[in-house]
Amino acid sequence: MDINTLRSISPILVLLAFIGVCWWAFSPKRRKRFDEAANLPFADENEKKDAQKTTSSEQERDKL
Amino acid sequence: MSNDTAASALPAPAYNYHVVRQFSIMTIVWGVVGMAVGVLLAAQLMWPDLNDFWQPFSHFGRLRPLHTNAVIFAFGGCALFATSYFVVQRTCQAPLFGGFLVPFTFWGWQAVIVAAAITLPMGFTTSKEYAELEWPIDILITLVWVAYAIVFFGTIVKRRTQHIYVANWFFGAFIITVAVLHVVNSAAVPVHWLKSYSAYAGAADAMIQWWYGHNAVGFFLTAGFLGIMYYFVPKQAGRPVYSYQLSIVHFWALISVYVWAGAHHLHYSALPDWAQSLGMVMSLILLAPSWGGMINGMMTLSGAWHKLRTDPTLRFLVVSLSFYGMSTFEGPMMSIKTVNALSHNTDWTIGHVHAGALGWVAMISIGSIYHLLPVLTGQKAMWSVRLINAHFWLATVGTVLYIASMWVNGITQGLMWRAFNTDGTLTYSFVESVEASYPGYFVRFLGGAFFLSGMLLMAYNAYRTVNSKNAIEPEKAAQPQLA
Repeated sequence: MDINTLRSISPILVLLAFIGVCWWAFSPKRRKRFDEAANLPFADENEKKDAQKTTSSEQERDKL
Repeated sequence: MSNDTAASALPAPAYNYHVVRQFSIMTIVWGVVGMAVGVLLAAQLMWPDLNDFWQPFSHFGRLRPLHTNAVIFAFGGCALFATSYFVVQRTCQAPLFGGFLVPFTFWGWQAVIVAAAITLPMGFTTSKEYAELEWPIDILITLVWVAYAIVFFGTIVKRRTQHIYVANWFFGAFIITVAVLHVVNSAAVPVHWLKSYSAYAGAADAMIQWWYGHNAVGFFLTAGFLGIMYYFVPKQAGRPVYSYQLSIVHFWALISVYVWAGAHHLHYSALPDWAQSLGMVMSLILLAPSWGGMINGMMTLSGAWHKLRTDPTLRFLVVSLSFYGMSTFEGPMMSIKTVNALSHNTDWTIGHVHAGALGWVAMISIGSIYHLLPVLTGQKAMWSVRLINAHFWLATVGTVLYIASMWVNGITQGLMWRAFNTDGTLTYSFVESVEASYPGYFVRFLGGAFFLSGMLLMAYNAYRTVNSKNAIEPEKAAQPQLA
């Protein structure tokens, strides 16, 4: 294929890629996993009790 | 990696808050230094005698790159390190990977900043804007950056959550792209230790420089700070981001379009005409993903707008998004060639840059540091919330004064330079346009001084917070998850 053919169709390829990303993001199938991901900033808040169990060796290791 | 759902809490790891605290404090220190140099430069343009207090080191031409490097790479860079290290640990529920590489990124980055602060006033420069540092410092930057990438992506590999949160996608894109930009644009032939020549020549050199320069804006000052936005706005507002799906489209659209827009810095230059037009069209398209992200951040507050009344930290984060929306509208407009014919080389450009730099980058960094410091020291809030509020108003008024005066100056200069008499001679000499700029220069100096005084309040507030008797060590703060 001539390189100029690729150049000419590149906007169409980019458009298809964009539609693909939109379809992937907004398809209802993935709704649940994105809702989970959206809550990740809050996911580690409910662990105060578990946190205190962390051993001191782990603290030492992660001090750096 | 666990098979549990991402949203469920796993036994907490001990996060590394030590390095986050180091970078947070240096963000404030370098912010004060970089902005103080900026205010000095603004004063030099108003009162040229100020150039002479310690010649040749105090000359505008030598201090200007010191200002840009200090605010972008020292202030902005430390804010990005601090927030990315915090966010990647909290959303991956894993401590930082990399062992000694973690403190190396901190001390290495500080060494780069100190080297810049020494070599730039001494006059050692590659003369490439935002890439002025000479080649030995460039090599140190590369080493620090590779260590940063290993720490960041190593932590993502070690994650105990199923998903990679969107903020980490933006941070990741920022780290990879800045590595590529820095290595390609800094390629040079050394003559001796502090002198080198670019590996490229002519228009190609200019194009590579502005491919770098614009993507320093696009990835260092935008993608990285959007990573901050996607964590700290939801966290401070107490609700998840408005649309996670939109954030995915936002990410892919932004990173695929930004890299093409650099040519708008070279309108009406020796760059081929088609490349200039391509840069203009891509810059116009960029409006869509930029506003998509801005709307996503703003709408996160829907149903929580009342929190703005009582929470000045949240106000910083939301107003930063307003300035982001404004400057990402202004940018595409200025990239239109006919508009650029008026705005190019005028103070309008400086105003546009500072709408982004003060309004967006600095305000979102300040907001995130006000969120971080209490968390890192195990306290409920900063030492004084009223001082945060005072800082907010100083920063907002300072930014508005700055950009409004530069709009007036820019359009005045552009119109005076292009004015012709009927016989074809220029209506105004250049120095007349300088004279017409003085009132604007004074207002700009005032705006900068407002912004700097807000940073001084922040430094005092941070000092009292970190040294409060309620403050605990970062190792302890990393245990029970507050906030």
